[in-house]
Amino acid sequence: MNKSGSIRRFFGVPFMLWAVLFILLPLFFVLQHGLTNEAGVFSLANVRLALEWEYLKALGLSILLALISTVCCLVLGYPLCLILREYAKKSGVLIFLLFLLPLGMNSLLTTMAWQTILERHGVLNMALAAIGLPALQIVNTPVAIVIGMVYNFLPYMVLPLYVSVAAVDTRIIEAARDLGASRWQTIRYILMPLTRPGIISGCTMVFIPALTTFVISALLGGNKVLLIGNIIEQEFTAAYNWQLGSALSMVLMVFIILNMLLEFFTDADKRKREVKA
Amino acid sequence: MAKLKKGYLALIVLFLYAPIFVLIAQSFNASRYRGTWAGFTWEWYGALLENEDILAALGNTLTIGVTAALCATLLALLTAVAMRGMHVHLRTVLRGIANIPLLNADIVTGISLMLLFLGFGLRLGYDTILLAHIVICLPYAMLCILPQVLELDDVCYEAALDLGASPFYAFRKVILPELMPGILAAFLLSFVMSADDFIVTYFTKGAGIDTLTTEIYAELKLGIHPEMYALSTLFFVAVVVFAALLVINYRVLRRHNQMKRGGVA
Repeated sequence: MNKSGSIRRFFGVPFMLWAVLFILLPLFFVLQHGLTNEAGVFSLANVRLALEWEYLKALGLSILLALISTVCCLVLGYPLCLILREYAKKSGVLIFLLFLLPLGMNSLLTTMAWQTILERHGVLNMALAAIGLPALQIVNTPVAIVIGMVYNFLPYMVLPLYVSVAAVDTRIIEAARDLGASRWQTIRYILMPLTRPGIISGCTMVFIPALTTFVISALLGGNKVLLIGNIIEQEFTAAYNWQLGSALSMVLMVFIILNMLLEFFTDADKRKREVKA
Repeated sequence: MAKLKKGYLALIVLFLYAPIFVLIAQSFNASRYRGTWAGFTWEWYGALLENEDILAALGNTLTIGVTAALCATLLALLTAVAMRGMHVHLRTVLRGIANIPLLNADIVTGISLMLLFLGFGLRLGYDTILLAHIVICLPYAMLCILPQVLELDDVCYEAALDLGASPFYAFRKVILPELMPGILAAFLLSFVMSADDFIVTYFTKGAGIDTLTTEIYAELKLGIHPEMYALSTLFFVAVVVFAALLVINYRVLRRHNQMKRGGVA
């Protein structure tokens, strides 16, 4: 047993090498590029450039659209999880598959299909015309981008949310109803506080990809709406200004780190409560 | 209230499946342009077999996906076994580091790996895509395997050792079967993540090599080849069939278990 225990200790070595080489070192490369100029000398010029109005405007728009998408995902996903919780008892895994199967379609193609649905002579406007409603101009506007984000990232919200909604003891909900709480009061004062970790982790899972996407905005925004992701992508693939691109990525990393901290403290909070219980 | 719930579910399902129906319809559309319907055709399914660009991209996606998923699953298994014996603090730190690619934005992961590969003087191509995919698959594989490994009971393994099994034999015969569901889940999830990834591949691929997603992105600017709709429809049908088999398997297993339990009682 001792012998196998000492062998087992070395099982961790490949991962540690891997983590240093492919997880930590790449991030260091981004910092190195963001904090130097073309000659390779330390300079804050690119960071200062990244904080100019033009880029801050794109960042602001990205944050706004990501926040709207996150809220939409939560508002759509929470009732969905509550309903799924009830149905799961009756129909088991079948109902989940219904919601997971769309992931089997390539996300670039489904995003492009939204273009077909939303465009001027698209499926949606044909349907609206058929029932006598005026046409909507959605494609190439921020609304189209939000629809694309909600479509792409809704599963990221639903999965962690469902795990925490399903873990709530049914007896607690029944007790609340027996004691006279209305449906809404049960949700507001019983379910929402109990599922807070799920809500927070769902929101962080949606917010980061929504904040940093460049594909959805390129496909559904028609190059009219520039998000921070589009600007970074262009710096690397078209303008070849890697220093500025890295500096802009560092600005994004600030938000990612904030998100990680939020997630970490919710986790720590949860663990503390579990220990108390 | 029950009607309201059913209606809500139906609306969400409509939202989720609307673009998929559009894509399936387009794979049978005689017109090359999306948005105009020119009649039903099987033409694109035949043309798919002759489109070398798409077939090459499909080959890359499949081989990279399987290799990356295998490597990520193996590394995750090895690491999870090592983490079992570690102090809690060290384990927490390592888990945090392992989760970085999961919580980080894909665009930052892609760019940072590109800078790393170029910084080491590697040429961007098949190998760099493969390495990058192992990086992004690993956290998902860990997520599937680690909880199972941590909850594993040592008793059976130690019993096997006491009865004269070598550690490797005991691992293969006692621990591995118990971990199999987690390992399979890790492999499948890693494969899906690799096959559906666009952003990281986009930054770590060189000129002249494409996976399906980057091929689609390149075609988007010029107009998608309808063969691509045919391929994605076939892929979707395969996923549906696979899911249906899983459900049937699950139902049969459950009935079997119930009957066994009923027999004992």
